[in-house]
Amino acid sequence: MKRPPANPAVSRLQYRTQTRTWIHAWLMLGPSLALLILFTHWPAVNTLIDSLYSTPRPRRPARFVGPANFEQMMADPIFWQAMWNNLWFALGTIPTSIALALLMAVWVNDRIAGRTLVRMAYFTPTVLPMIAVANIWLFFYTPQYGLLAQILGVFGITGPNWLGSNETALFAVTVVAVWKEAGFFMIFYLAALQTISPSLAEAAALEGASRWTYFRRIQFPLLMPTTLFVLVNAVIGAFRTIDHIFVMTRGGPDNATALLLFYIYQVGFSFWDTTYAAALTVVLLVLLGLLALIQYGVLERRVHYR
Amino acid sequence: MSEVYAPRGWGKVAETAGAWLLAIVWIAPLAYAVWTAFHPSEFSTRFELFAPLTLDNFKRAWEAAPFARYFLNTFLLVTGVLACQLVLCTLAAFAFARYEFPGATVVFALVLAQLMIMPDVLIVENYKTMNRLGVLDSIPAIGLPYVASAFGIFLLRQTFKMVPKELDDAARVEGASPMQVLWRVYVPLGRPVYIAYGLVSVSYHWNNFLWPLIVTNSVESRPLTVGLQVFSSTDQGIDWAIICAATLMTSAPLLIGFLLFQRQFVQSFMRAGIK
Repeated sequence: MKRPPANPAVSRLQYRTQTRTWIHAWLMLGPSLALLILFTHWPAVNTLIDSLYSTPRPRRPARFVGPANFEQMMADPIFWQAMWNNLWFALGTIPTSIALALLMAVWVNDRIAGRTLVRMAYFTPTVLPMIAVANIWLFFYTPQYGLLAQILGVFGITGPNWLGSNETALFAVTVVAVWKEAGFFMIFYLAALQTISPSLAEAAALEGASRWTYFRRIQFPLLMPTTLFVLVNAVIGAFRTIDHIFVMTRGGPDNATALLLFYIYQVGFSFWDTTYAAALTVVLLVLLGLLALIQYGVLERRVHYR
Repeated sequence: MSEVYAPRGWGKVAETAGAWLLAIVWIAPLAYAVWTAFHPSEFSTRFELFAPLTLDNFKRAWEAAPFARYFLNTFLLVTGVLACQLVLCTLAAFAFARYEFPGATVVFALVLAQLMIMPDVLIVENYKTMNRLGVLDSIPAIGLPYVASAFGIFLLRQTFKMVPKELDDAARVEGASPMQVLWRVYVPLGRPVYIAYGLVSVSYHWNNFLWPLIVTNSVESRPLTVGLQVFSSTDQGIDWAIICAATLMTSAPLLIGFLLFQRQFVQSFMRAGIK
């Protein structure tokens, strides 16, 4: 189409409507953007700045100390323990909850008796407050009176003090996190399983593939995008799930269950060393940032082959 | 799933048994809490079929701590946050979905950053901000960091983009203003997404603990989760029956909602997750 000759009046009108559109858009965005900046971007930047200063105390204002907080961190055995704890917590929760979620989804997807009830049982922990269910688990783990101790007692076994001993405490809180998350991840697998065309199964059966082969070669690869999604959520969860620590162990015994975010809370709000807490938060932000890069950069490209 | 690989015979028996066993393990903590809460304390660890039932534990828990106030606080928090989220996210999502303006991509990326850096992580700085704003220990302080929700904006933007442009144009030809178009065309079509987002938001804020713990310090502002923690860690010693009753009480509204609207819940969490 040929453009009409430039008419100054028309282009001025166009310009004016365009400006009005922009103003409308920014007015609609404004409130959200302001709050996001105030509570996400600004604090994130401020965390970085604060981590380079000393914590202000009465009669001793904050001063620039450069990397001193990070040097303190490198020499802080509790920080390292929290990092290791978090690593083991992640390694304990992520693969287990994903595998269980997949198993649950495959089971609930088949026509077994009472599958609605079964699905409900799997999903229920997701809607319950972690802080509340942690109380129940606390009782499960109580030595002597606790349910676990009594069940083991029937078989004449004296169980360990699950939450009170260094060797078992982290394992015990990991189990609770798996229990809470698996049902949540299950529904994503369930939704994905239901989109797989039945003709694929028929074709595989014609070729004589076993159920296991069908799962391994067809279902599982087709579920890859779901697995990625669940994986990212599980990793974030491994750094964020600390509510039950407050109820069950408060990071103890001997920091055996201190996870990174819990340690940040302790440093920031029990010891009130805010700039050291900021330095610890920087580590957490870097970890989450790396995760985002991996998600959008590497994995996304490999997984979406469709 | 297709019938071809549906388990048969003993395979089916084994699978059903496995599924049920896992289900029993998964529901056991809740079942145990129900048992303990409705029986006298001496049956907390003794399971007899005909143990007497009682509501006494609920009564004692209710009287031992200001749960009525905690319920009110949580209710105000959850509804307030949801109402603000719906308004703000709708406006922002509409701008992203239907307006072209310079910097849109950059701004959208800035919004998405919140998906990774959630307010839960920035507790130290956000506490300072609340202190400066002078709103510490109040219900707005609990809700404010969550009111602008990247997740909500993203979800609604996707929904609004699917609305046929013709509907939009038709309404504008009729002389509707942009706000009227949004309200009459986009919002009604987004209903299922609003329900999904609402359920997820309500469960999230009903259950949220860490940030409210940090920012509240009195009965007047504490939500249920923090109230329950204060109650069970200080007042009770180890009367499990009362703690279980309090635990059930705090989870009850969500749990009942879930049992009644199971399908909507599951679908909402699913819809909210698959982006």
